Amino acid sequence: MSQFLQQIVNGLSLGSIYALLALGYTMVYGIIKLINFAHADIYMLGAYIGFACITMFGLGFFPAMIISMVLCAIIGIVMERIAYKPLRNSPRITLLITAIGVSFFMEYIMVYFVGANVRAFPDVIPKTQYHLGSVVINLQQIVILFTTIALMLLLQFIVHKTKIGKAMRAVSADRDAAELMGINVNRTISTTFAIGSALAGAGGVMVGMFYNSINPLMGMMPGLKCFVAAVFGGIGVIPGAMIGGFGIGFIETMVSGYGSSMYKDAVVFAILILVLIFKPAGLLGKNTREKV
Amino acid sequence: MKKWLVVLLALTMVMSMALTGCGGGDAEGGAEGDTIKIGVNYELSGAVATYGQSSVDGVTLAIEEINAAGGILGKQVEMVTIDNKSDAAEVVSVATRLMTEEGVCAVIGPATSGNFKAELPIALENGIPVISGSATANDVTSGNTKEYAFRICFSDNFQGVAMANYASKNLGAAKVAIVQDKSSDYAEGLATSFSATFEELGGEIVAREAYTTGDTDFNAILTSLAGKEFDAIWLPGYYQEVGLIIKQARALGIECPILGADGFDSPVLAELAGADALHDVYYSNHYSSLNEDETVTAFIEAYKAKHGVEPDAFNALGYDAAKLICDAIERAGAADPEAIKDALAATSEFKAVTGTLSIDENHDAQKALVVIKIDNGVAVSAENAAL
Repeated sequence: MSQFLQQIVNGLSLGSIYALLALGYTMVYGIIKLINFAHADIYMLGAYIGFACITMFGLGFFPAMIISMVLCAIIGIVMERIAYKPLRNSPRITLLITAIGVSFFMEYIMVYFVGANVRAFPDVIPKTQYHLGSVVINLQQIVILFTTIALMLLLQFIVHKTKIGKAMRAVSADRDAAELMGINVNRTISTTFAIGSALAGAGGVMVGMFYNSINPLMGMMPGLKCFVAAVFGGIGVIPGAMIGGFGIGFIETMVSGYGSSMYKDAVVFAILILVLIFKPAGLLGKNTREKV
Repeated sequence: MKKWLVVLLALTMVMSMALTGCGGGDAEGGAEGDTIKIGVNYELSGAVATYGQSSVDGVTLAIEEINAAGGILGKQVEMVTIDNKSDAAEVVSVATRLMTEEGVCAVIGPATSGNFKAELPIALENGIPVISGSATANDVTSGNTKEYAFRICFSDNFQGVAMANYASKNLGAAKVAIVQDKSSDYAEGLATSFSATFEELGGEIVAREAYTTGDTDFNAILTSLAGKEFDAIWLPGYYQEVGLIIKQARALGIECPILGADGFDSPVLAELAGADALHDVYYSNHYSSLNEDETVTAFIEAYKAKHGVEPDAFNALGYDAAKLICDAIERAGAADPEAIKDALAATSEFKAVTGTLSIDENHDAQKALVVIKIDNGVAVSAENAAL
């Protein structure tokens, strides 16, 4: 029983990071129907920005995370303006291939500047351990979980209670109609990229701190898994990405803990295939007929 | 992709044959001139550049020492160093160029097993001996191309067997859990040879967990391990993941000894795991700077004087490879590739920094390995372990 509780703690901390990344995928998909493969590399850049803030300027965890979120938001906007905006009326496959190109570009430009070596992230938050019965939970896990929840609540607030959130929902529902209603579509899309990238930046700093290791290709596997998480929950649906992220985190943990760690990734992707067979739009997704 | 590679290889071979024809004169010129040319084919850029660069630093130091002491057979030794960009196709063209154009009498490198294997057919073709300091894969010297191939390091199997003995005899472990990288041949080979030997010695493998290169979260498998009873963990893999596993295992209260192989050898290991977590860790390696043998201390001093830092295992292996080649040329009495090959094969009790070695009939080195113990993040002791 105590082992099971411990696995739940493990699953929660892994899942909250997946959820943060999945949110970015789902927001961008919701608004311009693009699977932004470069999203996971923004997460990597976020980790490096956090690393630089902490080691070079001696900042604490939260200031570093906020700076990283701001810079990632700017990078996200620039990326959209340079790479995706000129292609807005091109076929979707063009955008997708561009996204893969942007992803490689960011990975290898970082390899060029910082080298391919793994770097150890400094311990900015002490690993103070708390024993709740036989379950061990450390301060970093608590910080990660609560920061994630706070960021998600903030996101829900922005999307549902603010003007820009309303604009985002409108553009997502029908871009042309939104434009006719006087909504500035370009600014709305930029804002979406900024918010998604800021979340990825926060995720990067937290992962760097928690696992203590960063490298320029660190985005690859989590990127794929979070994309899976977004699809699993229903891509384009924000609560779906949260459920998907926590779901994948739990499944992975439980398979490693009680099944066999040899097949962890195989099981995750098998579940994705099953979900898509029975619910092609994901858990929370609605079936919408493609407009012709 | 495969097809494309085959065509490329075939083309390179044809080219190499053509070049041998017209470049023969050069080769003799090199051997009979006033210097002895040795080729250095290493990964100076690309994915495994750190291995190549470290090895070449070692090779350079050895050749400088030999030249300062008057060279071999009255001639100075000349290094012809070319970068193979960590790419197997490039290894082939570099090897071809060294052996046919530059007229070298032997080649040192490359550092990794895959790249070294790519070089072997070219060596056989041109009859030039090649030697690697660090190609540890089991099958490097088992194929039909091994005639001119030599290595001065032990194989992966040997490390697994030696560490199983160490766990059972020196640490008195009866039950061991294995956590292995399932995506690398290196870790797979180590896991298999360890468990076979350990069970032969009467031990029991109580759990077998796996991860993939690049993973960062090991809490799930470690939590399920924490519920089991074992005396030690066998952890074959590279330092990037191993450092994180050790850190997370200690945080979950797993305090038993952790054993591994030469993939642990990096200063980054201590940064990743943290000094507090890095205790009771034992790993096998080619060399330790703690060794107080005269050959080793002389090497460390010379290296420090030149580069200002302590040498690592790749430095030492590169140094040994160069020293052994020069020793073989001296014993052969001429810079003739055939004679050098025979002299290398006859090597016995050669006193190297990485231990006294003899070359066996498979052209593998017979030598002891070093087991290094880490406590509080630093290596505290090193002992020679034989089988």
